[in-house]
Amino acid sequence: MSTKPVVAVAMSGGVDSSVAAALLVEQGFTVIGMMLRLWSEQGSEGANRCCTPDSMAQARRVASLLSIPFYVLDARQVFYDRVVNPFIYDYAHNLTPNPCIYCNRSVRWDFLLDHALAAGAEFLATGHYARLHQNPNHSFQLLRGVDPVKDQSYVLHVLTQKQLPHALFPLGGYTKVKVRQIARRYNLPVAECPDSQDLCFVGAGGDYRQFLVRHAPQALIPGEITDRQGNILGYHQGLANFTIGQRKGLRIASPTPLYVLEKDYTHNTVIVGPRDQSGSLSLMTENANWIGGEPPHSPLSAVVKIRYTANAIACVITDSTESTFHLEFENRVGDITPGQAAVLYNGEVCLGGGIISAEINNKVSIE
Amino acid sequence: MIINKFGIIISAMILQKQIYLDYAATTPVDERVMQLMLPYFSESFGNPSSIHWFGQIAEAALENARVTVAELMHCLPEEIIFTSCGTESDNLALRGSAFFARQSRGANHLLISPVEHHAVSKTAEQLARVHGFELEYLPVNSQGQTTVEDVAAFLRPDTASVSVIYANNEIGTINPITEIGELCRSKGIIFHTDAVQAAGYLTMDVKSLNTDLISIGAHKFYGPKGIGALYVRKGLPILPSQTGGGQEYGFRAGTQNVPYIVGMAEALRLAQTEKQTRISSLKPLRDHLIGTILEEIPNTQLTGHPEDRLPNHASFIFKGIDGNALLMMLDLEGFACSSGSACKTGNPEPSDVLTSVGFTREWALGSLRVTLGMYTSPAEIEQFLTILPRVISKMRQVR
Repeated sequence: MSTKPVVAVAMSGGVDSSVAAALLVEQGFTVIGMMLRLWSEQGSEGANRCCTPDSMAQARRVASLLSIPFYVLDARQVFYDRVVNPFIYDYAHNLTPNPCIYCNRSVRWDFLLDHALAAGAEFLATGHYARLHQNPNHSFQLLRGVDPVKDQSYVLHVLTQKQLPHALFPLGGYTKVKVRQIARRYNLPVAECPDSQDLCFVGAGGDYRQFLVRHAPQALIPGEITDRQGNILGYHQGLANFTIGQRKGLRIASPTPLYVLEKDYTHNTVIVGPRDQSGSLSLMTENANWIGGEPPHSPLSAVVKIRYTANAIACVITDSTESTFHLEFENRVGDITPGQAAVLYNGEVCLGGGIISAEINNKVSIE
Repeated sequence: MIINKFGIIISAMILQKQIYLDYAATTPVDERVMQLMLPYFSESFGNPSSIHWFGQIAEAALENARVTVAELMHCLPEEIIFTSCGTESDNLALRGSAFFARQSRGANHLLISPVEHHAVSKTAEQLARVHGFELEYLPVNSQGQTTVEDVAAFLRPDTASVSVIYANNEIGTINPITEIGELCRSKGIIFHTDAVQAAGYLTMDVKSLNTDLISIGAHKFYGPKGIGALYVRKGLPILPSQTGGGQEYGFRAGTQNVPYIVGMAEALRLAQTEKQTRISSLKPLRDHLIGTILEEIPNTQLTGHPEDRLPNHASFIFKGIDGNALLMMLDLEGFACSSGSACKTGNPEPSDVLTSVGFTREWALGSLRVTLGMYTSPAEIEQFLTILPRVISKMRQVR
């Protein structure tokens, strides 16, 4: 019997990472369970929903059931510095961030991976629904998970060729239904853990607005709601309360439904209009990551997801550099939200992605 | 080869030979101790308070154990109160003496060292917070020692009791209990010491220790967990914290745990009679460990006193290291150690002990305690000494 390498598995106590750990044990790997203690607000210690005392106890039980060692690492400081602080900064600068992406880039696949490797592991595994494929030239591709509903390659688009050789995603080839079956077979908890798009650190109820009141009050300065022509239609309680494409909560009486078209940071104004004025034919990104290591030759047809939960839509990459890319669409695309990631796919293959930037999209959408 | 309940062969690295270097946390039960305990679980299971023969056999075992402990501590059998653990002994001593002193002479002032085990410090804090006692902390030097002069400067006529740990669990430092005891006795103030770590290696002679109350717990000296004792000087009517059937001279109600008490007495007997042999095999190993680590690992300090320390105890701080992560790394390398900031939930805080002796957060978070015991071999220490420098340097690269 050949001895398989050592794998550290990031455990949350939930069904996905528990099954991931069980599968690795079953496959004969030497498995170490690890959990990160993340930052949570003062006064709500232990309330970070990714690492509550309950989920920690659950993960510990799963580890003992699988007879694997389990450790909790203190990542509070690095999580604050590289996830919470950028989250606050982004909101204060008129962006709508996805902190899970920061967390994957700078905490899980940096801090945790480094610790796993230092502890003697060759791989770090997570319960993400995504797959890996190694090319003949030994480079790695990130592929969508088999379950189209659960696919989590979106939040993993930040991974690089430096990290991918050490990554394992045991659930990528399974559907959620199958994962639940495996959990039952192993007598593992089948409870759901917070999904990736959750804001685990903002405290009870996940109310990010209350969190911003405490940490980024500048994002909550009242201002005007106007139409494209500058007519004042109402007033708002801060730009951070709105996302592009939002219809509800505007509190404006209008014969036709109004949508948030733009958030004008300079004038602290929310610009609204009817649906046919919304959307954009292009978008620009920054902080791009190309999983293959280099930007693709443009123009290139691809599909893009502009939010974690958005459907993939066809686009053309018209320009790309190491850290930016520009996309064009055939039809107007609504809901393009600065701060969210635009993640590119070629079929099953995740090419990478970037953070949607504010100014350029706004200009384009005016036309 | 170990196969788990799913028929999966466990190849986990954790199952390679694990070397235990955490004897201050707990010790395995000595085989000789266990053999003496066994009959009292089933054959001789009687309640020592019962009138019948079953009860009489249990009572005899209980009282023999009490005599054994008393002889080892040079005190009267009725001065030994069996409790459920060292923590309970500390609780009974602190609460019992504080309430008695308040009741008998209106004393309201508590003095403890800042390096007490939580069993003492949290109890004293509750006495202050809930019961209105005035709690003051004695000073300690950078080695964690409280001197008799320190105590003299803080004693007041209304001091109810003083508690100073005999040997510290985290940093191993031994305090001058005899001198502090003498001073307190001359002033008529109750003096308690937590001797939980000390009982296995230091003198437990109450005559020379000048102490009114002494806490011990069996599992630190190769006895079972869940059993402890408190020495209560004859004629000191501390208030019981557990009331009921009047067992243990009314100081601690509840049916006595006979097998465990038998085990504790034998474990203490072995520890005290084999003390010199144990120390002479452990101490050179420990000294070699300390010397090598301080020499080979940069930015390292010994915590606690270099000489006045438990003979099996080594403790360090490594600058810029996360003590919790260090324990994980060492565990995966096959070594079970401990850290002052150890915390299973991943939110380590620098320990009160290390901050009170003056270490900064950056240093104090990187603490490591290595404690040797009866089954520690020179080869194990050599292995540890080859691994630790490598682990520390690897971790310093990660951060």
